[in-house]
Amino acid sequence: MSADLELDCRGMRCPMPVIELARRIGEVPVGGTVAVVATDVAARVDVPAWCRMREQDYVGEQVADDGTPVHVVRRRT
Amino acid sequence: MNAPRTELDTASGEPLHPAAQEVLRAAYEQGYADPRRLHRPGRHARLMLDNARAATAEALGVRPDEVSFTGSGTEAVHRGLLGLVHGSSRGHRVVHSAVEHSAVRHAAAWAGDPVEVRCDEWGRVHDGDLVQEGIGPGVAVAALQTANHEVGTLQDVGDFRMPNDIPLFTDACASMGRLPLPSGWTVAAGSAHKWGGPAGVGVMLVRKGARWRNPFPGDDRVDERVAGFENVPAALAAAAALQAVVDERDEVNARQHALVERIRAAVAQIPDAEVVGDPERRLPHLVTFSFLYVDGEALVHALDRHGFGVASGSACAASTLEPSAVLSAMRVLTHGNVRLSLGRTTTAEEVDRFLAVLPGVVADLRAEVGL
Repeated sequence: MSADLELDCRGMRCPMPVIELARRIGEVPVGGTVAVVATDVAARVDVPAWCRMREQDYVGEQVADDGTPVHVVRRRT
Repeated sequence: MNAPRTELDTASGEPLHPAAQEVLRAAYEQGYADPRRLHRPGRHARLMLDNARAATAEALGVRPDEVSFTGSGTEAVHRGLLGLVHGSSRGHRVVHSAVEHSAVRHAAAWAGDPVEVRCDEWGRVHDGDLVQEGIGPGVAVAALQTANHEVGTLQDVGDFRMPNDIPLFTDACASMGRLPLPSGWTVAAGSAHKWGGPAGVGVMLVRKGARWRNPFPGDDRVDERVAGFENVPAALAAAAALQAVVDERDEVNARQHALVERIRAAVAQIPDAEVVGDPERRLPHLVTFSFLYVDGEALVHALDRHGFGVASGSACAASTLEPSAVLSAMRVLTHGNVRLSLGRTTTAEEVDRFLAVLPGVVADLRAEVGL
């Protein structure tokens, strides 16, 4: 699945991937998806937690071509 | 900045309890000798060690011959847990909850092939999960903490009925002295510096008749379960602090529980904050919360500049650069995390001052990243 917006957060430490997500989710329409590509291990917990706290949908985790985890979020509001 | 200091990290370490201070000083003068020697100083040291054991047993409601003093809480965990593994005829595998302290996790990994049992969003383990894993092959022991050291959630240790007589090890380091011990365990561990005793004293409790075997080389000392020259003065001071903490806990716990309730309510009012752990069935003195978009290390430093000492489970504030395993297992926010633990003298005024400062500190840090 290709997301509407991909955020390359490789090398960023927490909480930067979640900050990037919050700053830029408005760039996709409601129902659109954002893929957070993050090497930071905290993103695996913090992206789903952000979705719960900000009432967005966490779609799930995928893997980029280079093996980096990708956390996919769907904009709900 | 010359702000008055308020230390809210007593779960990491707190000043020696006043009841232990004079005991420790006097014991260093009179309890220096080898408690195995038959001369007068040796007999003095032995008497002090026996007194420390008896007082600890009385305060905890166990038998004196079930009490061993170790060099730390971590050593009590390692010895206690691995001794049950060593005494098992079934295998070497430890089943433990996902929210155990790293001392338990490291010991379980050392024993080999540990099995981790999930928890709910409050950090509570449900007995079905632990029992189900306990049925698995090669399981020697199940480990379940009495209370969580990071979020304060209490486990229903006494209600767990493990299959096949599998012994239960409970890490009681976070609660020992503050709360009565639960029932149902075979071996328990505690740490004196967490109840206001000196550092360098752990307590290992081994139930009479338990299939526990020393997992490490033996020694020819007073207590065959442990090794090395006994730290008699520190053990006696730890026992004095423990007795005092038990004596005053009804009053102190009620006060701390109410203050933590006030903190939980106030923090929940800050935007994009998450207060975690069980709101009711918890340690009286400890609370953990996290703020979206805030760097945990920066938050600790900012609060320190305002005169508040706090701990954080965020990855950036950890020596391992990994987020807290406890927060991760609970699937709650790991960044922007603060753990507060109140002292026995923490006042409502200090808590109110903290709560007055906190929203501005969080807002300033968010403003730095434009959120």
